Amino acid sequence: MSVPDLVFFVLSGVVVVLLAVQAVTAPTQFAQVLVFGLADGAMFALVALGYTMVYGIIELINFAHGDVFTLAAYVGAALITFFSTSENVFQVGNLVALLLVFPITMLIMGAVNVTIERVAYRPLRNAPRLAPLITAIGMSFLLEGIMFLWHGPATVHVPNLLPHGPGYEGYIGGVFIGFKDVFVVVAAAILVALLALFINRSKLGKAMRATAQDRDASQLMGININRTIAATFFIGALLAGAGGMIWGLYFNTITYNLGFRTGLIAFTSAVFGGIGNIPGAALGGMIIGLIAAFSDAYIGSKWTQVVIFGILIAVLVFRPTGLMGMRVPEK
Amino acid sequence: MSAANAVKKPMGLRLRERIKDRDTAIYGVLLIVALVWPMATIYATDSTFLVAQAGHAGTFVLLAIGLNVVVGFAGLLDLGYAAFFAIGAYCYALFASNQLASSPIHHQFHLPFWLMLFVGMVVAAVFGAVLGFPTLRLRGDYLAIVTLGFGEIVPQLFLNFEQWTGGINAIGNIDQPTLPVWITGPWAGNPIIEAVPKFSFAYDPVAYYVLVVILVIVAVILVTNLHRSRLGRAWMAIREDEVAAAAMGINTVTTKLLAFAIGASFSGFAGAYYGASLGIVSPDSFLFVVSVTVLVMVVLGGMGNISGVIIGALVIYFVLNNFLPALPPNVTALASAVGLGSLNEQSGEWPGLAGVAQRLQFLLYGVILVAMMLLRPQGIFPSRIREQELKSQTVVEEETVVEQTHA
Repeated sequence: MSVPDLVFFVLSGVVVVLLAVQAVTAPTQFAQVLVFGLADGAMFALVALGYTMVYGIIELINFAHGDVFTLAAYVGAALITFFSTSENVFQVGNLVALLLVFPITMLIMGAVNVTIERVAYRPLRNAPRLAPLITAIGMSFLLEGIMFLWHGPATVHVPNLLPHGPGYEGYIGGVFIGFKDVFVVVAAAILVALLALFINRSKLGKAMRATAQDRDASQLMGININRTIAATFFIGALLAGAGGMIWGLYFNTITYNLGFRTGLIAFTSAVFGGIGNIPGAALGGMIIGLIAAFSDAYIGSKWTQVVIFGILIAVLVFRPTGLMGMRVPEK
Repeated sequence: MSAANAVKKPMGLRLRERIKDRDTAIYGVLLIVALVWPMATIYATDSTFLVAQAGHAGTFVLLAIGLNVVVGFAGLLDLGYAAFFAIGAYCYALFASNQLASSPIHHQFHLPFWLMLFVGMVVAAVFGAVLGFPTLRLRGDYLAIVTLGFGEIVPQLFLNFEQWTGGINAIGNIDQPTLPVWITGPWAGNPIIEAVPKFSFAYDPVAYYVLVVILVIVAVILVTNLHRSRLGRAWMAIREDEVAAAAMGINTVTTKLLAFAIGASFSGFAGAYYGASLGIVSPDSFLFVVSVTVLVMVVLGGMGNISGVIIGALVIYFVLNNFLPALPPNVTALASAVGLGSLNEQSGEWPGLAGVAQRLQFLLYGVILVAMMLLRPQGIFPSRIREQELKSQTVVEEETVVEQTHA
């Protein structure tokens, strides 16, 4: 084991011990923070997957991805308000509306992201490496601009349609837990499992992995590179779409610039898990969610940002390949 | 144009050849505009507002010149450049105001601006080296991510350490630079040319404007010489192919570290100037948006080309601070002029035309970025070497396409 690895494991060990002390001295509070952290982390994981997939295949930090996530929450909110039978209650009619709106929003986001790739990234594939980065930033401003134009700077309300209130939430052993928390984690887990299945088993998934490894060689093998990259953006946006919808239904308020911070944190998660690595991004999202929750509770929320980005720097310095330790081939 | 040729040719021809050289022409035009600017704007608008704005734009020109060393010359992506800017600004603000009197050390410092200009430079460079040392060995993109993280942490730290920096309340009433003597004249709205002894800048826009123009000229000369030096060639070699550069005997870590530290030092330089000229330094002036804006200036202007980067900085500054904010009143006036004045009124969901234009700013900035990048991915004025490289690359690509179709 090399010295940086050792430092990394020692530091992680110290954090785990400190948390264990908290868990023993105040178990209820610890469990409560854990619940919040898992729910947050599940959502970060969904967004992080899009970053990691795009980075893995074309080595671009897709700054617009966080805004695709937010746009999904905006579109989802509009569609839900249109389809739902009544505000803020869980009913059969609303359940049907949700089941309808989820796939529609995800598909719309997929289409949006594929369009972004077609317009802003594909023409620049052979341009200097920084050019697509600037268009990504431009696209991020553009999406934020669309949302700003739509609803202005105020927060937007998302109908509270998931089962909530008495009967669906309560204290288990002193820990407040609701249907929503369980729903978020389960939904994210299902989506990640489906993605893993798709990437590992389907022909397109295989093409994606091949393109990520060596674009020229895969082209020679008859893989349609443009289609494969477009598919990557499409799938990444499906997950971000689901993530945005879930975020909206969980927190019930969204703002146009939500994607900026969430995107940075999700990107940190992707790096934390080892960028380009799909299980790594899911795991990284969960861990960053937990770290954020623990930092909020034990250090103070004004330090959370410092903690998260401090960890990001520490991981890159001591363990640049990320948690899962897989290396993206240098191109 | 080699030196031997230049000696043989007569003076007039040399001058004409020089004017044909694009960079020289740009510098010439910029210098003339810079000289005429205060006189012309004060004469035309009867206020020093435009001069003050040009002084503010000068900060961004300095930042863009500095980031160009990192991104354009050495090819290292820095997404947290504003952090070094913040360090420079806070460095001056803390040691040239009453701020530290209310901090735990209960002692205020009032160090002179001219000293702090260089201290800010050195401190920012040291931070650049400290951040760069462990991370520059990593692959390129990871550096971008580390700097992004650093850029997020630094303003947050200045915000959180309230007892030292005042946190969200910012540091105000920062000392103004003084000079033993200053010359004023018609260019500053003063009818006669006279010398002012014991001159204090005292938020005088013209004085700050003159200062920033001098700083920019110094920076351009320094960076141009660096670019032509052995170090500059080493940077370019690393940018093009790090492995090959290392094989040629270039110490890649030291060379990259120097690029990073020198780039950061310009930012510290700009930070001290910024703190003095505004007289107030607050943590939210150094957010990620600033890093991105400066990066956009560099890439859009033409990476690696100093004159292009200056133009890029001025264009983006104009778009962000003049073009977009002027949109709502202009749109309203236009609507009234063509008889659509009713649209200006706010009613129900409709925020009024001015409101829409206000909301459109973000979107337009995004569209401008994407469109300009798609039209000129190499920037407005790319460096000559880069331009040639891109051209030869497309030629090679075309050839391979021809081969493929034949086969």
